[in-house]
Amino acid sequence: MMAASASATSVLSARELTRHYAVSRGLFKPHAMVQALNGVSFELQAGKTLAVVGESGCGKSTLARALTLIEQPSSGSLQIAGQEVTGANKAQRKQLRRDVQMVFQNPYASLNPRQKIGDQLAEPLLINTPLSSLERRERVQAMMQQVGLRPEHYQRYPHMFSGGQRQRVALARAMMLNPKVLVADEPTSALDVSIQAQVLNLFMDLQEQFNTAYVFISHNLSVVRHVADEVLVMYLGRPVEMGAKDLIYRRPMHPYTQALLSATPTLHPDPSKPKIKIVGELPNPLAPPSGCAFHQRCPFATERCSVELPQLRLLDARQVACHHAERING
Amino acid sequence: MSLLDIRNLSVRFGDANAVPVVDGLDLSVDKGEVLAIVGESGSGKSVTMLALMGLIDPPGVVSADSLQFDGTDMLRLKGRQRRRIVGKDLAMIFQDPMTALNPSYTVGFQIEEVLRQHLGLKGKAARRRALQLLERVEIPAAESRLDAYPHQLSGGMSQRVAIAMAIAAEPKLLIADEPTTALDVTIQAQIMELLLDLQREQDMGLVLITHDLAVVAETAQRVCVMYAGQAVEVGVVPGLFEAPAHPYTEALLKAIPEHSLGARRLATLPGIVPGRFDRPHGCLLAPRCPYAQSNCQAQRPTLEPQVRGAVRCFYPLNQEVT
Repeated sequence: MMAASASATSVLSARELTRHYAVSRGLFKPHAMVQALNGVSFELQAGKTLAVVGESGCGKSTLARALTLIEQPSSGSLQIAGQEVTGANKAQRKQLRRDVQMVFQNPYASLNPRQKIGDQLAEPLLINTPLSSLERRERVQAMMQQVGLRPEHYQRYPHMFSGGQRQRVALARAMMLNPKVLVADEPTSALDVSIQAQVLNLFMDLQEQFNTAYVFISHNLSVVRHVADEVLVMYLGRPVEMGAKDLIYRRPMHPYTQALLSATPTLHPDPSKPKIKIVGELPNPLAPPSGCAFHQRCPFATERCSVELPQLRLLDARQVACHHAERING
Repeated sequence: MSLLDIRNLSVRFGDANAVPVVDGLDLSVDKGEVLAIVGESGSGKSVTMLALMGLIDPPGVVSADSLQFDGTDMLRLKGRQRRRIVGKDLAMIFQDPMTALNPSYTVGFQIEEVLRQHLGLKGKAARRRALQLLERVEIPAAESRLDAYPHQLSGGMSQRVAIAMAIAAEPKLLIADEPTTALDVTIQAQIMELLLDLQREQDMGLVLITHDLAVVAETAQRVCVMYAGQAVEVGVVPGLFEAPAHPYTEALLKAIPEHSLGARRLATLPGIVPGRFDRPHGCLLAPRCPYAQSNCQAQRPTLEPQVRGAVRCFYPLNQEVT
C-alpha cells in the first residue's frame, strides 16, 4: 500500500534532488567535485508545464537527466506518479521509464540516421508493449498524423526531413507510450522562429489532448513565458526562484531573475527602463564562490552574501533564495 | 555617398541554371549606421556578406552591378589589393567564437598579427596596443590573457577577443554575423552593448546579421528582411515593427511568443522556405502567404520604394497613412 500524501496528485515530485560529479584533475591529484545539481524540489501536476530557466552550466540538463532516469541522483528523492524512483529495482525502473520520456535539443543528433521514421516510432511499442506489428503500425500512423506528418513519411529516413519536421518526429516518438511526463531540453533552440512557432503549437496541442505534464527546459525567456505554468530559475546548480509564471514575470524578486529578464531583448524596448547590467561570467563550478553563488555578479550583494548561503524561502507567494529579497523589492 | 553600396547582387553555387542563393539584392550602409539583416536559415543573409568580403569560393559565382565599399569596387579587386582592405577597413565577426580563433596561437599573437599586417606595428608597440584592445573589450586580467590560448577562454571571452581583432585596425565597416547566437542571454547583453559602444565611439558602419527580431528592435536603425535570397522589406526601426508592410515580416513578428502574449497558440506561416526544386514562379512567399492572390502565383513582385523603405509585394500591408 502506498501512503497517500500531498504528492498524490502530482505526477512528478522531486525532493532535494542532488547530483554531484567527480572530476579527474590528473593522475595523482584528488578528484574535484562538481555540484551540478543541488537541492532541487518541486511538484508537477498532470497537464501542467514547469519551465526550468538558466544559463549554460546552471544544471538544467543534469536535472533533465535525473528526471528521465538516465542518471541516478547522488541524493534526494524523486517520485513518478507517486512511486519512489530512488531505490527502485531494475524491473521497477524499467516500468517507470515508460512514464517519463524526453525530447532533445538537436533533432539532427537525436534520431537514428539508419532507421526509417516509422520503425523509430514503433520501437518504444516493440520494447514496452505486447502489440502485434499491425497494431504498432496503426498506432504509429495515428501519431504521425497527430504531429502533422504525412503517411508516406513512414518509409523515410531522418536526412530527408527539415529540422522542424525532425523535431516533430522526436516529439511523436516521445509521445508513443503516452507518458505521464515529457522532459523537453531546449526543444526549439535549434529552429528558426517561424518553425519554432509551429513546434511550440504542437507541444501545446499534444499537452491538451493527452494531459501530459511537461518539464520544459529553455534559456529563451520569451518562449518560457508562452508555455510555462510554473517557472524554476536556476543558477550554478541551485534553484534561486520558483513560482507561478505570471508572478515571476510581473515581479521577479531574485536579482538573477531580474537580470535575466532585463537582459532578454524585447520587441518593444522601453528606453526609460535602463537594463540591469550584471558583470562577469558564470563562476568556475569546480571552485564555486562561498555563500551565495551569485554574489560576485550581484549589484545588491553585501558582506553576508559572501558568507552565508541563502535558502529558498516563501515570499510573496513564490520561493526565493536571496538574503535581501525584501530590501531589493522594497 | 554611402559607405557600402550593393546593387543587384546575386550569388549562385554552380552554373547559370543553379538557383541563386542571393537574388538581385540591393543594400546600402552609411557611415555610423547600424543596419540589421534579418531572415531565417538559408535566406542568404550570411552569403551576402561573405560575397562582399570575397570569401565565396568556386563553384560559387558572385555577380553584381555594383559592389562599392568606400569608393572601391570590391568585385574587381584581386588578392593582394583585397587583403589590404579586408580585415582593415572592412572587418567581420563570426557566430561561433570557438572556431573563429586559431587554436594553435595565443590570443595576443592573433591580435598582434592584425596590427602587424595592417598597421605595421611590431614588437613592444604591437603588444602594448593588443593589451589596450583587450582592455577595451573589457576582458578581466587582460595582461595575463594575452598569453592564453583560445581553449582557455569561455565563449563570451572568445567573442570579445574576436571583436578586439576585428576593431584592431579601426575598420570603417564592421560586419557581425550572429555575434551572440552562441552565447547566454546575460553575456549576449554584454556583447551587444560593447559592440554598440564601439560603433558609436569609432563612428563605424555596423551590419548586424541576425535571426532575432528582438535584438534588431533594440539595436538597429534600419532593417533589411530577407526571404529565400531576396530582400522582401527594408524599413526603419521601430516603424517596421509597428507597421510591417510585407506579409513575411508580419508573420515573423507574429511567430515570436512575445508578440502574442497570453495567446494559447502562436500565429504561424504554414510550410517551409522553398528549396531549389520547388521555387515558385511568382512571389517566393505566395505558397505560404495568407494574402496571396492569383497574380502573386504568376508574377514576381519587385522591391518598390515606400515612404520609409521598400517592400517587395503586390499588396503591401499597413499602407493607410496615419
